[in-house]
Amino acid sequence: MDFINALPGAVSQGLIWGIMAIGVYITYKILDIADLTVDGSFCTGAAVFVVLFTGGMNLWLALLAALIAGMLAGLVTGLLHTFCGIPAILAGILTQLSLWSVNMAVMGMKATVAINVTTPEMLDKLLVSLRFVKDVSNGTRPFYRHPIFVVGLLTVAVIAVLYWFFGTELGCSLRATGSNQNMARAQGINTNVAKVLGLVLSNGLVSLSGALLAQYNSASEINMGRGAIVIGLAAVIIGDVIFSKIFRNFALKLLSVSIGAIIYYIVIQAVLAMGLNANYLKALSAIVVAIFLSIPYWKGKYIHTKAAVPAQAGAKMGGDLNA
Amino acid sequence: MLDVKNIYKTFNAGTVNEKTALKGVSLHLDPGDFVTVIGGNGAGKSTLLNAVAGVWPVDAGTISIGGVDLTHMPEHKRAKYIGRVFQDPMMGTAATMQIEENLALAARRGKSRSLRAGITKAEREEYIERLKILDLGLEDRLTSKVGLLSGGQRQALTLLMATLIKPQLLLLDEHTAALDPKTAAKVLDATDRIVSKDSLTTLMITHNMKDAITHGNRLIMMYEGRIVIDVSGEEKKKLTVPQLLELFSKVSGSDEADDKLLLS
Repeated sequence: MDFINALPGAVSQGLIWGIMAIGVYITYKILDIADLTVDGSFCTGAAVFVVLFTGGMNLWLALLAALIAGMLAGLVTGLLHTFCGIPAILAGILTQLSLWSVNMAVMGMKATVAINVTTPEMLDKLLVSLRFVKDVSNGTRPFYRHPIFVVGLLTVAVIAVLYWFFGTELGCSLRATGSNQNMARAQGINTNVAKVLGLVLSNGLVSLSGALLAQYNSASEINMGRGAIVIGLAAVIIGDVIFSKIFRNFALKLLSVSIGAIIYYIVIQAVLAMGLNANYLKALSAIVVAIFLSIPYWKGKYIHTKAAVPAQAGAKMGGDLNA
Repeated sequence: MLDVKNIYKTFNAGTVNEKTALKGVSLHLDPGDFVTVIGGNGAGKSTLLNAVAGVWPVDAGTISIGGVDLTHMPEHKRAKYIGRVFQDPMMGTAATMQIEENLALAARRGKSRSLRAGITKAEREEYIERLKILDLGLEDRLTSKVGLLSGGQRQALTLLMATLIKPQLLLLDEHTAALDPKTAAKVLDATDRIVSKDSLTTLMITHNMKDAITHGNRLIMMYEGRIVIDVSGEEKKKLTVPQLLELFSKVSGSDEADDKLLLS
């Protein structure tokens, strides 16, 4: 019963993390870069939003500021990687580490900054809050204030913008860079610019997601982004495993990432309902992601299908990327 | 058209793996020249092409195309002037993108990429016509992922992409070497048709001496980082494989090269 009651909250959280996971999709799937900046930039978005919003700034402006702060974090990683020649994973780790200090500084050297939601006026100003979940079911708030509705709408908007962007000349140059850098350069694409742009875009979304989660929990907390990359990867992989056969369209693939995040949070909720100590969740997430990342490798190594023989040209590269 | 002046390139300088791949290569191509390049393994053929394409900077010397100095220009900017087909069929196309998307990327080579549509309806019509030239049935598969194509189909598509916008220089780096003989002949045939139709200035590496003689209007042979043979016009037309081998052993001063060249 507890589990059923917790479902709307789990779906809401899943949707919020889904926006972050879409950011991870851009770097991991489209650009073929494992970007660890997100563990830091998620909290950056939360910190910037909460500090500005509680300081009296308009909610939408504060969200925009959070988005831009995340983009800057992505820019730093991008420049460390391309301009300074540091391997992408290490560049992300360096930015992530330094962001811990930056985030602390933004929050005035406090590990937690709360949004005071004890007054109804303040609460009404928020876009999403876990309190709204209960309010809507009590009938004290209209349905369109439900986090599932609000974040769902935001997710659709994000997917629409990305769908448009990756269909443009610039967006195509990003996809080409992720698919084959030699080809991209031979076609006159500056692959360094493409990578930086992808990292900027990705971390902007991650930050936006962090800002939404801070609103939802009415607080920004220094450790809230820890393990975000693993949650993002889990969402991408779950979405891929379940929907890759039926969702061919790019917009639907992004949607499957968001659904993947929702499923992840429902599963977490179920595990918690079974009585698992919440402190084991991070290990559980890591194990699940490790297993799902291993499956394609094991498949290629130990299972030889006959169909793979004549299609050797395509199978080599298409195999793991035709997701 | 192409002017390469006295270029040098050493890899892994200062280590035990030090290898001087180009030792003062100079080469001038006139507009419309179709030059075939032969030479044994490690002679510097691919290094020469990569130097022109800008994969890495050269140690000394200059490279220019049509009077524009490319020596210090990064690879992606040189793409404005140069069309390329690689030896590895996987290298020239984006496997996870559709045939038409690959062509659309090629159609924007050397142009700035903005927020305009990545591919338009009018383009698709044109691509269908262009793909028909290849005679591989690809015109019916515009939205297929390139990863699903065979090596030969991918090479033919790369060739089309390299020439979709007329390049000032076309670089073909043993582009049929990884294909079976029948497919190789087909791709080479398409190469001839496309090069002669637009009278493209072309530099083509091949390991096949016969191909080197029958294609193009000029032949150069490289040996140990230098151009050692350069024949063109009537002289090249009359050339035979045994003559070429004899010429080579005279220049390199050894006979052992015979086997190496024939077998490579």
